[in-house]
Amino acid sequence: MATLESRIPQGPLADKWTNHKNHINLVNPANKRNIDVIVVGTGLAGGSAAATLAELGYNVKTFCYQDSPRRAHSIAAQGGINAAKNYQGDGDSTYRLFYDTVKGGDYRAREANVYRLSEVSANIIDQCVAQGVPFAREYGGLLDNRSFGGVLVSRTFYAKGQTGQQLLLGAYAAMNRQINRGKIESFNRHEMLDIVIVDGKARGIIARNMVTGEIERHSAHAVVVASGGYGNVFFLSTNAMGSNVTASWKIHKKGAYFANPCFTQIHPTCIPVSGDHQSKLTLMSESLRNDGRIWVPRKKEDVIAIREGKLKPVDLAEEDRDYYLERRYPSFGNLVPRDVASRAAKERCDAGFGVNATGEAVFLDFSSAIMRYGREQAAIHGNHNPSDKEVRELGEKVVENKYGNLFQMYEKIVDENPYKTPMKIYPAVHYTMGGIWVDYNLMTTIEGCYAIGEANFSDHGANRLGASALMQGLADGYFVLPYTIGDYLSKDIRTGKIPTDTPEFDEAEKNVRNQIDALINNNGTNSVDHYHKKLGKIMWDKCGMARNEQGLKEALEEIKALREDFYKNVRVTGSAESKNSELEKALRVADFLELGELFAKDALHRNESCGGHFREEYQTEEGEALRDDENFKYVAAWEYKGDPREAVLHKEDLEYKNIELKTRSYK
Amino acid sequence: MNLTLKIWRQKDANTKGKIVDYPISDVSPDMSFLEMLDVLNEQLVAKGEEPVEFDHDCREGICGTCSLQINGEPHGPDRGVTTCQLHMRMFKDGDTIFIEPFRANAFPVVKDLIVDRSAFDRIQQAGGYISVNTSGNTIDANSIPVNKHDADKSFDAATCIGCGACVAACKNASAMLFTSAKVSQFALLPQGQVEATDRVMNMVRQMDLEGFGNCTNTGACEIECPKGISLENIARMNREYLKASVK
Repeated sequence: MATLESRIPQGPLADKWTNHKNHINLVNPANKRNIDVIVVGTGLAGGSAAATLAELGYNVKTFCYQDSPRRAHSIAAQGGINAAKNYQGDGDSTYRLFYDTVKGGDYRAREANVYRLSEVSANIIDQCVAQGVPFAREYGGLLDNRSFGGVLVSRTFYAKGQTGQQLLLGAYAAMNRQINRGKIESFNRHEMLDIVIVDGKARGIIARNMVTGEIERHSAHAVVVASGGYGNVFFLSTNAMGSNVTASWKIHKKGAYFANPCFTQIHPTCIPVSGDHQSKLTLMSESLRNDGRIWVPRKKEDVIAIREGKLKPVDLAEEDRDYYLERRYPSFGNLVPRDVASRAAKERCDAGFGVNATGEAVFLDFSSAIMRYGREQAAIHGNHNPSDKEVRELGEKVVENKYGNLFQMYEKIVDENPYKTPMKIYPAVHYTMGGIWVDYNLMTTIEGCYAIGEANFSDHGANRLGASALMQGLADGYFVLPYTIGDYLSKDIRTGKIPTDTPEFDEAEKNVRNQIDALINNNGTNSVDHYHKKLGKIMWDKCGMARNEQGLKEALEEIKALREDFYKNVRVTGSAESKNSELEKALRVADFLELGELFAKDALHRNESCGGHFREEYQTEEGEALRDDENFKYVAAWEYKGDPREAVLHKEDLEYKNIELKTRSYK
Repeated sequence: MNLTLKIWRQKDANTKGKIVDYPISDVSPDMSFLEMLDVLNEQLVAKGEEPVEFDHDCREGICGTCSLQINGEPHGPDRGVTTCQLHMRMFKDGDTIFIEPFRANAFPVVKDLIVDRSAFDRIQQAGGYISVNTSGNTIDANSIPVNKHDADKSFDAATCIGCGACVAACKNASAMLFTSAKVSQFALLPQGQVEATDRVMNMVRQMDLEGFGNCTNTGACEIECPKGISLENIARMNREYLKASVK
């Protein structure tokens, strides 16, 4: 059994990372040429890690299921990336970013990791600008910033609503430079289906070429898993259709502990579900909450009139609107953290104030911002007596400049013009804070196997503040892993090439082939999507925005039964020897069916409400989350025992030496 | 809505393909085009037939994976959107819709509607980057101010999603719009200047090696580009290329 050794360096918080870097072992450049590293996943974390490791001199192989690393789902992140630069002079600092992140994470993140993240955040911006990432700029040529939920400073760097795209293309460009040099070999349309462990160390993977169906063996001295989150366990989420848990789940089954699976972020500003045909949900950047005000009608009769189309939201008088976030949380208002905003929307909709046909939507309204910006612009242009129409036009231009692509996206999907009528939004599954447990060096409980970015249990805690995921992905990939992995690899300089014709590779390959053969030859009657949708419904209804003991117990049974039915009755068409998206989905859904059960088990054992995990039994009189620091101030790391329900709990106690634990309040 | 779909089916790059007819009913105007294909595939699976393979991933218009030629147009009849953002409300009850893969010699068919666009990666690998070490020891980000106008123009070029619609729309299957967007992003920023000559020469050489055609200024690429990448970029790349050639 692996042990939970967090390996947090000694010494004062602010010096830990520097001290650690000064004392870990290095690998001589000539020896790096003899060391191979596999990176699975090429998003912000994997792409930046691969580029940096290759630049250092290691031989890197990257794997992604997309046709190009540039398409990883990090590309869809909209709003921005945080960095403690204090360019705005509004009092930001490394400590404040650290403080906001630990508090925003509801005190379930590791202090030392979060401090390191804050510390390197400023380097990330310097790095990306040097790579040609076109961030938004002021007229003076300097970088512009905006503010995000859960904080009181403007520390977010952005590129319109396409920040993730620009950052990913930066990492992809860095990768391309190394591919051109021959230091990265990039395997696209490949999926990792197992890890190979030799003498307790990660020594390679089994991958499937998704075009030819070929099962391939790839060896390395270390394996880095950067395959993202598992939000698609809910079927409907803001994740890309192909986002999956398989790489993480396979290493979990081989000994990597899975931490806090129930910590899943529900993002408050998504386009609501419109019907059964829906394949995924679309996020509208949280940055919209800087200028949009969230409301529902105050009176039930207005709700009904709006639902029936008899009353237009713009015609509802100001005093008949309930700006519930501004009402409940006066100091943060519409910029409360995501978990708080999501629950508040659910509370209003559950009370019958939802504004669309399904009753699951609230308004996000830009009219105040449009008029405010319009008046400002009119004044700047010397027009001190503008008409309402002029003000509106000028204001719409400003809003278009800031959020144009998001407004266009909304209009295409919903067929309504958000400049003229408020957007409808509702929370949806977005980001997973849980993931593979890692130590301070980002190593899992399997020696030589690392997990970075969203795939690890991360620095976020029970909740994630806006613009911190991009930060973590790039911090891990550019600045943390490349140092820490060297310490491990320094022991491998005499090992030589890892052979792939060993019994360990034979066995892993055999297991993969058996699973594929069993699925292809199953001859059942139900499609893979049939199971995925059913699993998603159980997850959303019973492990979603609010959970309770009874629901979670039911979920455990239902998921198990669904999994058994899957293996009996699933039908996978086509062959294993060609491009076969049904087979690809089946392999992923098989893993989601196990992960879902561990998720419910984790949520059931955690008898507290905390960040993205809201247990109905544990709430204050005002309906706020009620944390239990005395009994649950730990990371729940699960060890696989052959069946998700048999998983064994290991606890990593969290120590807060630099931050006082407080009830999180945004009032 | 009831529709007739005429879909290109092709087993792999070496097998001859053909158009196959599929009737489909109960299509909701709120569905995206890809969700309509999901419904068709669900029906095919229920009958034990192989579903239609098509490329897609983010389904929010940003990853650039989806790539359908719909009634002869890349990404279909709507303007400024990818296939995944195309909604069935753009069609009428009773319509017949042709669905084919993006066509170009440099984009061989993988299966059915999926094509291989790795030529785009190789063009990027030839020089679509700034050679800076990923060490974090770079100068402070604000130490090189960038004119907002240039930064915005660079951003506009950088928003290219690499979907290949420009190539599929072009009668010459030219990759000039894609390549020029990448060249422009760096040409407009001070950081990219040092290796500007090599960058444009290498990327254009790779583009030609991949078998893309030449640009004859038809402009179809700009019209079909889901991200509104401007022809101005092609002019800028030509200037950069000329500058580099006479150096």
